[in-house]
Amino acid sequence: MAKLTREDLQKLRADKKKEMDMSDPLKKEVQITIGMGTSGIASGARETFEAFQEEIKEHDLKHVILKSSGGIGLDHAEPTVEVQMAGMPAVIYGQVTPAIAGKIVRKHILGKALVNAHVYDRPAIDIVREWGKA
Amino acid sequence: MAYKHYILVCGGVECDSNKGDDLFRKLIHAVEHRGLMADIQVVKSGCFGFCAVGPVVKILPDETFYVEVTPEDAEEIVEAHIVKGKPVERLRYREEESKVNVRIKDLSFYQKQFRIVLRNCGAINPEEITEYIARDGYLALEKVLFEMTPDDVIEEMKKSGLRGRGGAGFPTWRKWEFSRVVDEKQKYVVCNADEGDPGAYMDRSVLEGDPHSVLESMAIAGHTVGANQGYIYIRAEYPLAIDRLNRAIDQAKELGLLGDNILGTDFSFDIELRLGAGAFVCGEETALLASVEGKRGMPVPRPPFPAVKGLWGKPTVINNVETWANIPVIITRGGDWFAKIGTEGSTGTKVFALTGRIQNSGLVEVPMGTTLRDIIYNIGGGVPGGKKFKAVQTGGPSGGVITEEYLDTPIDYDQLGKLGSIMGSGGMIIMDESDCMVDVSKFYLEFTVDESCGKCAPCRIGGKTLFNILDKISKGNGEMEDIAKMKRIGHAMQRVSLCGLGQTAPNPILSTLRYFGEEYRQHIEEKKCPAGKCKSLISYEIIEDKCIGCGVCARACPVGCISGERRMPHLINQVECIKCGECYNVCKFNAVAVG
Repeated sequence: MAKLTREDLQKLRADKKKEMDMSDPLKKEVQITIGMGTSGIASGARETFEAFQEEIKEHDLKHVILKSSGGIGLDHAEPTVEVQMAGMPAVIYGQVTPAIAGKIVRKHILGKALVNAHVYDRPAIDIVREWGKA
Repeated sequence: MAYKHYILVCGGVECDSNKGDDLFRKLIHAVEHRGLMADIQVVKSGCFGFCAVGPVVKILPDETFYVEVTPEDAEEIVEAHIVKGKPVERLRYREEESKVNVRIKDLSFYQKQFRIVLRNCGAINPEEITEYIARDGYLALEKVLFEMTPDDVIEEMKKSGLRGRGGAGFPTWRKWEFSRVVDEKQKYVVCNADEGDPGAYMDRSVLEGDPHSVLESMAIAGHTVGANQGYIYIRAEYPLAIDRLNRAIDQAKELGLLGDNILGTDFSFDIELRLGAGAFVCGEETALLASVEGKRGMPVPRPPFPAVKGLWGKPTVINNVETWANIPVIITRGGDWFAKIGTEGSTGTKVFALTGRIQNSGLVEVPMGTTLRDIIYNIGGGVPGGKKFKAVQTGGPSGGVITEEYLDTPIDYDQLGKLGSIMGSGGMIIMDESDCMVDVSKFYLEFTVDESCGKCAPCRIGGKTLFNILDKISKGNGEMEDIAKMKRIGHAMQRVSLCGLGQTAPNPILSTLRYFGEEYRQHIEEKKCPAGKCKSLISYEIIEDKCIGCGVCARACPVGCISGERRMPHLINQVECIKCGECYNVCKFNAVAVG
């Protein structure tokens, strides 16, 4: 990419904001975010990531985006995964082993139900998102 | 089709033992009974914290939070809340009248955490600069370059009241101002990412999860004070953080957010990494700067302060990772907004790393002034395994312990100081009744003795002497006058050591002596370690009456010093016993006693 001017940066921000906004009820994409900080990786986040990849391939889910992020701080519950999709509350899952990853795809994404015993509470409101609304 | 409501019942260990299971079944029954299975899903969740008021129930999507819910409340929750749409007010969590000066509306919610520093951690892909940009990234830099003068930036920082998060709590704006007013062509900006306290890892998490927030702030500081070069001093033990920082710097340069003529202006700013070998003393700013210059990391007396005479003798603004991560938010939201969070003297939030004997270990970010009780119990879920809380250690090797009776103190820089501890970088190690205070002090002293650079005698000799005395006490050879001696040496070290490492090294001893003097006395006079940690002072014995002779302990013993016939009481050979405690751990009949 070329070097940005202020206008370029503002346009890039606005475009990307729209792309990343998962609150739109008509949004077709499903986003799975896996915490891949040191503590997540140490608890097996890479294996979980691969399990999601395979599961997505197996069910041919082209609308599911898999992405990695830093850790959310719930180290006792690593690996942690956030699932965002229209029509379902955004949920953080903890202790997501490869087997639970499969369950999340089949039950949450395809079956539209939460996976028992792995839902964790979001630690805090998202201040950036809140400002966006204001 | 998706459900209309989700009822989450906390399934943490504490709640399970506390009617959580029964509640779960009653809720399912209430839902089935009304034929609402297609509309409502009841699920068990992980621990929410709040175990003291458990079990807790959360309803999605409306986020209603119920506490102290009994199985008998299940019918009412389903009937009133879900069917009639009227939340059950009597079960709703209410913020108790708090002494804490939290003046922010967003927090009226049940959640105790408020995330500024960690705002992007877990939300963005740190390897993708556009995701940072989409979450108002580089908006602060934009504002600073196009709409604000350096004076405005300093004014905003001053209004925010932000103090350094690395430990000492020095007002950040003053550091910047000191550097700014020096008439010098070459100035530098440095990020201290030499996180070294045992148990603290928030800086690593920020760098791994949100590296651009640090880069953006450093550029803001560069523009404000007139520096064109930044360095991030990071320990080589953080390979993932280093990798993500390098990618972030490359991407920022590619987009012209770092490098020459940022966003088309005449401001240029570059950032390079400098890797440290992991010496604790290099967290001290003058030692850190020496190390960046390629010299041996040893502190020099201050003044002159780095803000005036730092890297290669030039004015240098040096701040810690967590401090940097606050700055874009202060610029975009304004200093006044930031100053509304926290307490009068300590504004904003603080990230703590909860480790040790705690249910929900991890990183928490709370407004300054939150009580330790809130952090440990309502967020951390308390001490696991039904053990009793003993103390919390804050501030790492430079800090001290805080006991049960002070858990309601609102924590900020000044309050922790009054209790004989420090904020430090935010490590918080929870200890229970099985932790020995002499042993804990010994651990920290061993650490500081190891990490002392050896330049000044008080730290080099004092630290080692203190360690030797503790070692003696833990082996049962202590004398009562050792306590006075440790205090004397400790106070001398505090006064005359060259840098923070030596000045604070005696803190773990002085603070445990203050709160746990009796435990030291027991070690010295009674030759006993009540927590059962100091190996020279304990022995394992098999209680004849309780032993059924199953032989599990004998098989578990790594040195084979337990003998006995089957179905007959066994015996531990005290001479060969290495006191590992395996027999104690494996015995199902409580037939092994520690004394």
